[in-house]
Amino acid sequence: MIFLKLLLSFIQVGMFSVGGGYAALPLIQNQVVENNGWLSMSEFTDLITIAEMTPGPIAVNSASFVGIRIAGPLGAVIATLGCILPSIFIVSILAHIYFKYKKISALQNVLECLRPAVVALIAGAGISILKIALFDTGAIAVSNLSIIGAILFVVAFAVLRKWKPNPILVMALCGVAGLSAELIINGFPA
Amino acid sequence: MTNKTETLSKSKLLLLLLLNTLYISAFTFGGGFVIVTFMKRIFVDKYHWISEEEMLDLTALAQSSPGAIAVNGAILVGWRVCGLAGMIVSVIGTILPPMIILSVISFFYAAFATNPYVAIVLKGMQAGVAAVILDVVFDLGHKVVKEKKILSYIIFFAAFVSTFVFGLNVIFIILGAAFIGIIKTIVTRVKGVKKNDIS
Repeated sequence: MIFLKLLLSFIQVGMFSVGGGYAALPLIQNQVVENNGWLSMSEFTDLITIAEMTPGPIAVNSASFVGIRIAGPLGAVIATLGCILPSIFIVSILAHIYFKYKKISALQNVLECLRPAVVALIAGAGISILKIALFDTGAIAVSNLSIIGAILFVVAFAVLRKWKPNPILVMALCGVAGLSAELIINGFPA
Repeated sequence: MTNKTETLSKSKLLLLLLLNTLYISAFTFGGGFVIVTFMKRIFVDKYHWISEEEMLDLTALAQSSPGAIAVNGAILVGWRVCGLAGMIVSVIGTILPPMIILSVISFFYAAFATNPYVAIVLKGMQAGVAAVILDVVFDLGHKVVKEKKILSYIIFFAAFVSTFVFGLNVIFIILGAAFIGIIKTIVTRVKGVKKNDIS
């Protein structure tokens, strides 16, 4: 039965992808393209592009996309459910342990050492995104620098530091400003 | 810190949780760290439901558990804010927007993916996302610097180099930091025992 197959396939994706985002890609590819032939490799590539351009986790995006194409809206719901079920069980157990024992000194020490590491990880993710925003996929060189991207980043960062506005508004305005600047400078794309 | 969630009725709290997770999930492009950053802005800075340290702990848990970081983060924040009901509500809020958006897009995805206007808008948004994330890094980093612990500086630097320069899997970085914490606990225990022996 297709619903059961979707559920089981995406449970595996949810259970074995640790590290989020791109860590899930090979697992999704394995289930969706290789094991079940639900998508061709080129459809899968389109799926990744779309997942990157739309909000939400790649695993959930893939589950919805594959589910609806294979078995309609109910397929999307079941595939997504499969993908989040392992998280719900595992993370809920971890949450209980954390909230119950976080005052114990051993766990305190571990958490104290984890915090700077997490800040570093977030910094790394931020700088990676900044690199793509400023230099596209090209090399880091002055000739590759996107002037519009650089101005948007500097202005957005300064505004955020100073006035702490709603970050989603800042992001949306950057999108609009980027489009306006591009149209004014280069005219309408072909 | 005082628990600010107690001043609201449970149904009001759940509604706010649902609306905010829907909102964050619908407008947050990019990976798990982006969504965790936005969660911090809203649940820590705006509502004060969660403390800054707690948010960092929850991020480490979300990051090192299997599954999507955004979903894991939603589960943890939901439990923290309003127990089981909170967990269910914030998971629904987090998965509904991508489910609906992807379902709609699946019908005309080729046109969407190749549209030049869409590409330019997304390009501009990337610069904004980078600014938001680095803004949060400055907030959180300030906290770490204020503690003035050399060990924290070392861990930060080592973790940053491992992830950014060497592209080491985040799981190893988190396990490594946790391991240092365990060693620290053992070392302080041993020292404590020795002091007791002498006195």
